[in-house]
Amino acid sequence: MIDVLQSALHDAFSPIGLSFILAAIGLNVHYGYTGLLNFGQAAFCAVGAYGMGVGIASFDLPLAVGLLIGVAAAAVLALILGIPTLRLRADYLAIATIAAAEILRLCFSATYKEYFHARDGVSGFTAGFRSLNPYPESVDTVLTYNLDDLWVLTVGWIVVALVCLYLWSQMRSPWGRVLKSIREDELAAQSLGKNVYGYKMQALVLGGVIGAFGGFIGGLGLASVQPDSFNTDFTFIAFTMLILGGAARILGPVIGGVLFWFALSFIGGVLGKLTSGDDPVIPPHVLDNQQLSSVRFMIVGLVLMLLMIYRPQGIIGDRKELAINER
Amino acid sequence: MSAEQQGTAPGPVAEVDSEPGVAKPDPILVVDNVKRTFGGLVAVDVDHLEVQRGLITALIGPNGAGKTTFFNLLTGFDHPDSGDWSFNGRSLRRVGSHRVARMGMVRTFQLTKVLSRLTVLENMRLGATRQAGERFWMAPFRPFWAKQEAANTERARALLRRFQLDAKADDFAGSLSGGQRKLLEMARALMVDPELVMLDEPMAGVNPALKQSLLDHVKDLRSEGKTVLFVEHDMDMVREISDWVVVMAQGRVIAEGPPRSVMADQRVIDAYLGAHHDTSINELAEHGHEALQQAVEAERTEEEER
Repeated sequence: MIDVLQSALHDAFSPIGLSFILAAIGLNVHYGYTGLLNFGQAAFCAVGAYGMGVGIASFDLPLAVGLLIGVAAAAVLALILGIPTLRLRADYLAIATIAAAEILRLCFSATYKEYFHARDGVSGFTAGFRSLNPYPESVDTVLTYNLDDLWVLTVGWIVVALVCLYLWSQMRSPWGRVLKSIREDELAAQSLGKNVYGYKMQALVLGGVIGAFGGFIGGLGLASVQPDSFNTDFTFIAFTMLILGGAARILGPVIGGVLFWFALSFIGGVLGKLTSGDDPVIPPHVLDNQQLSSVRFMIVGLVLMLLMIYRPQGIIGDRKELAINER
Repeated sequence: MSAEQQGTAPGPVAEVDSEPGVAKPDPILVVDNVKRTFGGLVAVDVDHLEVQRGLITALIGPNGAGKTTFFNLLTGFDHPDSGDWSFNGRSLRRVGSHRVARMGMVRTFQLTKVLSRLTVLENMRLGATRQAGERFWMAPFRPFWAKQEAANTERARALLRRFQLDAKADDFAGSLSGGQRKLLEMARALMVDPELVMLDEPMAGVNPALKQSLLDHVKDLRSEGKTVLFVEHDMDMVREISDWVVVMAQGRVIAEGPPRSVMADQRVIDAYLGAHHDTSINELAEHGHEALQQAVEAERTEEEER
């Protein structure tokens, strides 16, 4: 049982979890604070990861330049998606973003194979990052993580902390107040002289760039960037983490993300134990090993449903705030 | 009060004729040929209208007369098919709604728009314009905007006291009653420090006790030198506080003038009640169908002439 718990904890703080957490923090800026429905956060992570990966692997650019390309790509994507849709109702942004995310994923898996390498994805871009690893090679593993993972984790959690600190200072300011007012009623904000379109654009770019950070960490953690990791599930898992933790709270997506990953891994581990061995507790005709990974998502879904019914504000949300219905 | 009751207008507009589209001595808002159609329906078609500075002007008219659409057009929330209008001599034809507000022309909404999940005080602070802390790059650095924020907060609290909402300052705006929301919306509009306040049905859904205090607040605006233009169905309010009344029907300005005389105007009564509201059914019966037929005939020729 200890090893199940240990591997669940391992996954909860893993590089992959971190990349989802950063994606969810970006969504928090979009959805939690500004009320923008971005169903294509995967696209922002993907262009970030591919910008970095292709820049380094195919063009031999230094790491910093690769990261800059990723950030720029996410910002440009936000502008392309935002310019036509942000003047319209919220639903249009949702449609445009989910479509763009699928288009980009298919492009990455089918076009410019010399750069994107189709389904195999981009790899061979981690040397620069790993050369900066300060941990002594004498250590083998720390807290179950190998040295490369540990370095990604260190950087990733520092990035998460800095992003949260930055967002905290940004959201407590009058700027954050304008975003929240747009979420509540954009016509009211407009009638008070706020350039709603401009603010929505700023929020879309900011959240998208934070999503690109998620792409960096995910790419560096896996040492490869593959198109299929950025399918629509990616976005909806990030949304789930955000709502689980509590939207419009700085630490909501972080707490939600860690818990989600822990729960997913823990349930998987427990079910794995129950179905394995010579005389499994759950007999194979009820549940066999192959069905495990689907079933754990079902159970997580059920837990989330119960949570939404009994604690709709998320773990750290304010119920009173949520109870105010919009009139 | 006495001037209003005798049907004459106060000071600045005393000499002005009661004719639709008449020129005023010092107009803050001038509207020319503004037309807005929705498909085949002409919602607003105003040839000329001037709003006098420093007075309370009421905009009345039966349901569907185009008052709210006209409000939306003037404040940039909707765009007319044609026409031009200016505020303080500056054309607002291609000016976005947020710029209109910054220029000093602020509106409220028929269905109040409070920001439910912000506190009452935050609602108020939002109203202040030219906030350094609302700029993206300045926002994270508190020292750049802390002073301005403190000044805005002080102004917000003073306004809340005036509107008797100070006890609610830290509550979510969504927890306010309908009447308090109207008050908050008006107070928040004043945070913009406007020259012209445009109120869309400020009395709708407000209880009689609160009504009186709302009336006083509107009058206070005038004594502070602000101009008020408001849409209202409550004729008591129109009679009590307005200096000048503009009547719209079917998208057009059909009459304007001081409250008493406008309300006695035959065109206004016809617009509200129909041209034949005085004809009793008995009368019609006595004369057989003759009178009715004549009336219908007259209306038809009138329409054809148009």
